[in-house]
Amino acid sequence: MTLLSTSLGASSSPDPRDPDPRSLVSRRDRGDRIFHAGAFMSGMFVLAIMVMVGLFLSIEASDALRTRGFSFLTTMEWQPDRGTFGIAAVLLGTVLIAAVAVFVAIPISMGTALYITEIAPPRFRSAFVSLVDLMAAVPSVVYGLWGLFFFQGAAISLSRWLSTWFGWIPIFAVEGSGSETALSNATVFTASTFVAGVVVALMVMPIQCSVMREVFSQVPLGEREGAYALGATRWGMIRIVSLPFARGGIIGGTMLGLGRALGETIAVLLIISPRFDFNFRVLEAGGNSVSSLIALRYAEASSFSLSALMAAGLALFAMTLVVNFTASAFVARSRSGASSEA
Amino acid sequence: MTTIELEPVDEIDVPTRNGAPPETSLPRIEPVSRPPQNLRSLGGFGRQDLLNLVGAAASALALSVLLFGTLTPLEGSLGFVVVAFVLFLVVYGVLVSMTDNRPVVVDKVMSSLLSASFVLALLALGSVIVFTLWRGREALFTWNLYTQDMSSAGPADPLSVGGIGHAIAGTLIIISIAIIITVPLGISCAVYLNETRGRMTRFVRTVVDAMTALPSILAGLFIFATWILILGLPKSGLAAAISVSIMMLPIIIRSADVVLRLVPGNLREASAATGAPEWRTVWFVVLPTARSGLATAVILGIARGIGETAPVLLTSGFAAALNVDPTKNPMVSLPLATFEFVRSPQPALIARGFATAAVLMVVVLFLFTIARILGGRPPGHVSKRQRRRNERRSKRDLTRIDHVPAEPVSLPPPPLPPPPAHRPSELTP
Repeated sequence: MTLLSTSLGASSSPDPRDPDPRSLVSRRDRGDRIFHAGAFMSGMFVLAIMVMVGLFLSIEASDALRTRGFSFLTTMEWQPDRGTFGIAAVLLGTVLIAAVAVFVAIPISMGTALYITEIAPPRFRSAFVSLVDLMAAVPSVVYGLWGLFFFQGAAISLSRWLSTWFGWIPIFAVEGSGSETALSNATVFTASTFVAGVVVALMVMPIQCSVMREVFSQVPLGEREGAYALGATRWGMIRIVSLPFARGGIIGGTMLGLGRALGETIAVLLIISPRFDFNFRVLEAGGNSVSSLIALRYAEASSFSLSALMAAGLALFAMTLVVNFTASAFVARSRSGASSEA
Repeated sequence: MTTIELEPVDEIDVPTRNGAPPETSLPRIEPVSRPPQNLRSLGGFGRQDLLNLVGAAASALALSVLLFGTLTPLEGSLGFVVVAFVLFLVVYGVLVSMTDNRPVVVDKVMSSLLSASFVLALLALGSVIVFTLWRGREALFTWNLYTQDMSSAGPADPLSVGGIGHAIAGTLIIISIAIIITVPLGISCAVYLNETRGRMTRFVRTVVDAMTALPSILAGLFIFATWILILGLPKSGLAAAISVSIMMLPIIIRSADVVLRLVPGNLREASAATGAPEWRTVWFVVLPTARSGLATAVILGIARGIGETAPVLLTSGFAAALNVDPTKNPMVSLPLATFEFVRSPQPALIARGFATAAVLMVVVLFLFTIARILGGRPPGHVSKRQRRRNERRSKRDLTRIDHVPAEPVSLPPPPLPPPPAHRPSELTP
């Protein structure tokens, strides 16, 4: 801008009617300066909130972290008042619930996204999209109720079947029971990581689905029609064109869902019965997650145990941030069309 | 696929080497008779497809009825559905393979798998909604549920005593405070992301993206750590409202950001060309154009905020009595009341919990529907009433303009410089 105005000013043929060429550099008047400052401030305020969440959690957690050091990450027990506590069991429990949730949610969300973009009649497409988005709007406590009073009962037979036939795979085993006792006692299968994971899957499914749907709908028309022209069936086109194009979006959407699943509190708290050794048998009663641990124990009086909870919260915070930044990097790259250039 | 018959080339003056004649000759292509090609249908749903589907469904149903109970000791309704569906896929594949080749069989089977996953998602949503309404039906139809609070009702009292009036009031107060905080802040942050260019905008957008996935318990824990532990303020509805605001902000910012991006750039340029400063462009052009989309963004944020349980649990806590003062004492919201009710073993309290959840869900569904209706409009859409109002206004302007120059017509033309351009509404009658 400045370059342009100076070169105009130095031009050798001055116009007699306009001896003083106007400057093309516009200066902001006072109103605009206030506007820019205000907008900037609100942006910085939102930024500050996020930074402060991390900062205050670290400050509050420093007490517990200093006492425990590295063993905070490796200890299974949670007894802050006795001085032995660590996040290993809870963190692994959180990851396990999230893994079950994502594992259950991926086929449903991918299938739904593909159905809406490829198969559904165009008339109903936007209505179906709204229905899936509605799933994201239902409060998590309602999903928790559904899981606790409806799905848990319905899932007993499924869990029993899985543990009977696939019990030789360690994660499907149910401890302390031969198949006779397992068949007789249904409570072994309730309040399990599996039930909590399925309920969380319902909550993360719409998020994954909307990311994937957006990417599927951006598949270049030319490549799709090219596949059809070469004789592909609809599924052939999806397999050869849509899925490779949308790979980044699928990975990113899955990880966004994973980020949500890691932080889910109330539904997990309602369903799971807490325990503090790491229980990798997903069908068996008992499990834990960082957020439900915080919700269970925040009312404890001692400030040191609070500091321990803050440390657990900090670990959750760091984990979700890493997952989310990675996910948005994937999604952003797939949206820019980078994968279609090859 | 038409075959082209080329004329043989004869006698062209080609420079020859060593006197030898040119040796290149074009092949003569004989026309081949091929069967006429038909367009294959990519979609469509014929009689054969329908028969295949119905036949497969019927045989799968019959087989699984036979399997469950008669032939094998299988049991459970969930297992029945799973087994029936697997059988359906197998039978369907076999039926299609009788008339079509392998790619078509794979296509049909995969299409039915994709459709089934959508139906499964719908069934899950439907069962969540219907189940909640069904279990709450008794308590929902008692009037005292909406007017009384739980201060006089014990855990074992029947549904005719006590209610969730305090939770409804608490939710209204908490969400109102949260709206007052988040709407100006969220929309001005979206304006910052879209209408100004700075070094920080991309970074702020990334951070807002990350904030959408901030676990709600951490928002509660943050306010708990600062508000209650460091500042020493009491647990209150205000603290809950602030923590809920932290959850609502990123939702509002992100959806408002998307909507503002859709405002056509030529509107901004037209406004700038008339000499408007940037803030007037934003205030009078960009924001009104995106009005319906911004309303959608705010409503989606509210729907999210209303359903948050964990932050309210940490920063406000459960109360059995009505409390309308947000600055002190616990204030309960609908999701928190649901959570506390269903943790008790008393059947009456659990029924109350379901009724509370049903009320909450109906509110959220209502908000969501409004958001979709508003959000379905394109930016700059003018409703019928707004158009009539605009027409009336411009008609009024027109008559005024017609009236104004009635007397000064005979005056001599005004001296230079010409008068500055007026907006019609600024002309005094």
